[in-house]
Amino acid sequence: MITVDPGTYVQLLALVQNSIIAAAVLGIVGGLIGVFVMQRDMAFAVHGISELSFAGAAAALLLGLNVVAGSIVGSLIAAALIGVLGAKARDRNSIIGVLMPFGLGLGILFLALYPGRSGNKFGLLTGQIISVDLPQLGLLIGISIVVLVSLLIVWRPLTFDSLDAEVASARGVPGRALSILFMTLLGLTVAVSVQIIGALLVMALLVTPAAAALRVSSSPVMVPVLSMAFGLVSAVGGILLAIGGSLPISPYITTISFAIYIVCRLIGSRKGALR
Amino acid sequence: MTDDPATPGPAAAERATSGPDADASPVLSIRGGALRVRDRVLWSGLDLDVRAGEFIAVLGGNGTGKTSLLRAMLGERKLDEGTVLVDGHAAHRGHRRIGYIPQQKIAAPGTPLRGRDLVALGVNGTRWGPPISTRADRERVDALLAAVGAEPYADRPLGSLSGGEQQRLRVAQSLADDPTLLLCDEPLMSLDLHHQRAVSELIDARRREHGTAVVFVTHDINPVLGMVDRVLYLAHGRFTVGTPDEVLRDDVLSRLYGTPVEVFRSRGRVIVVGVPEAEHHHEVIA
Repeated sequence: MITVDPGTYVQLLALVQNSIIAAAVLGIVGGLIGVFVMQRDMAFAVHGISELSFAGAAAALLLGLNVVAGSIVGSLIAAALIGVLGAKARDRNSIIGVLMPFGLGLGILFLALYPGRSGNKFGLLTGQIISVDLPQLGLLIGISIVVLVSLLIVWRPLTFDSLDAEVASARGVPGRALSILFMTLLGLTVAVSVQIIGALLVMALLVTPAAAALRVSSSPVMVPVLSMAFGLVSAVGGILLAIGGSLPISPYITTISFAIYIVCRLIGSRKGALR
Repeated sequence: MTDDPATPGPAAAERATSGPDADASPVLSIRGGALRVRDRVLWSGLDLDVRAGEFIAVLGGNGTGKTSLLRAMLGERKLDEGTVLVDGHAAHRGHRRIGYIPQQKIAAPGTPLRGRDLVALGVNGTRWGPPISTRADRERVDALLAAVGAEPYADRPLGSLSGGEQQRLRVAQSLADDPTLLLCDEPLMSLDLHHQRAVSELIDARRREHGTAVVFVTHDINPVLGMVDRVLYLAHGRFTVGTPDEVLRDDVLSRLYGTPVEVFRSRGRVIVVGVPEAEHHHEVIA
């Protein structure tokens, strides 16, 4: 889909340099937190949080406030509701199922009331990284780094709690505090993702890379490493392909991410057959 | 602190007959323990001392508070009355010297852990900071895997292992911190006879070779009958404590249940017949 000559492409590349950095950081953080999303069986929660994050961003847009801040507020409210009301998996899914359309509807209402250009409007649903300005990009990168560092600090106890909660608790791992922290980090990551890839497509960076990695490995080192690499390739690759053409970025990101997943499934099933 | 974990030992029948040292202070001490569910008293006035190297089986039907008692020892809940001391201090969560083997839950296929990773969680799973394993950690995991004979499948995904293999790994995990007290919650449930014997022998070997006290919650005493020093039998709002020969008798259990109960012994197995319906959970209970 590249419709520009190489010289122009390089100029465009310089223009979107910051977006590429933001996408790279998000690809890595999304891949990393995705591992825990899979471990804790929270893929659906990611979707639920992203819809409320969208509502928050849309409200901020309507009120002329910082869109990233609005997105974060929406995310954290959703994360808190899901965390408090949905401690059990069964409750969680129904809470999310109830929250999700409400958030999406609220967001659409705010967008309908917003008098500005319609391009801004649907960016929140389907991605708009190119239109995010420099200070906001800095904010997105900063949040991603906070999430990354926090995950590294709690890595082992969080893994223990996610995969072996009963023994972890007996051994003194503070499961409840970790759960709250994880939901907060997840909320922040979703808020950043909404800005870059759009509320509807957040799962392509927060779920798909980790799901793909899990098809080919069970190693607690290889799974996060592969997941980060998949996220990075999807996010940055998507931007690099998109800037040459006229199509939005998101379909490129989701397609790359999906293609990686398919390949991993094929490799995984062959490994399974050999085993 | 010794650093080598238990190794699979000889069969229970060959076990040394010397009893635990009665003079040593108890590893676990319960005084005046009582547990209630709403208004119903499950049991009260429970005094129990478990000494180093002692193997105690906690028997009883569903809803007799076996698991709650274990959780009180782990410091995860309080008894409604009484105190629980572990190594002379009030039981608290995360006690370094307690090993815990939970009720078996088979890991789902696709669980992102290999056999050795489950054991590694026991070694360093509570440690904060970047997840970089030290050489000492890896050697410790290898030693634990060797001790339970789990090396052949240590690198396979946990979800692809049999229940028996997973439970051996659980034993290795529980020994990570060289425990003085090992708490086991129905560790043999849903295992076949071969694996029941293998897993219970690992636990027995550990307490004989390292003096680890064992509290073993179970609904079926038969797989561990040859290993058990004393039985805590919970039933019908009461309890009784004693050696298997003292407790698993017609008169004792009839008094406990308040209804005639018969105990049959056949080829080294114990079968209790006549347990009231509400407490009847298994054809062979004691």
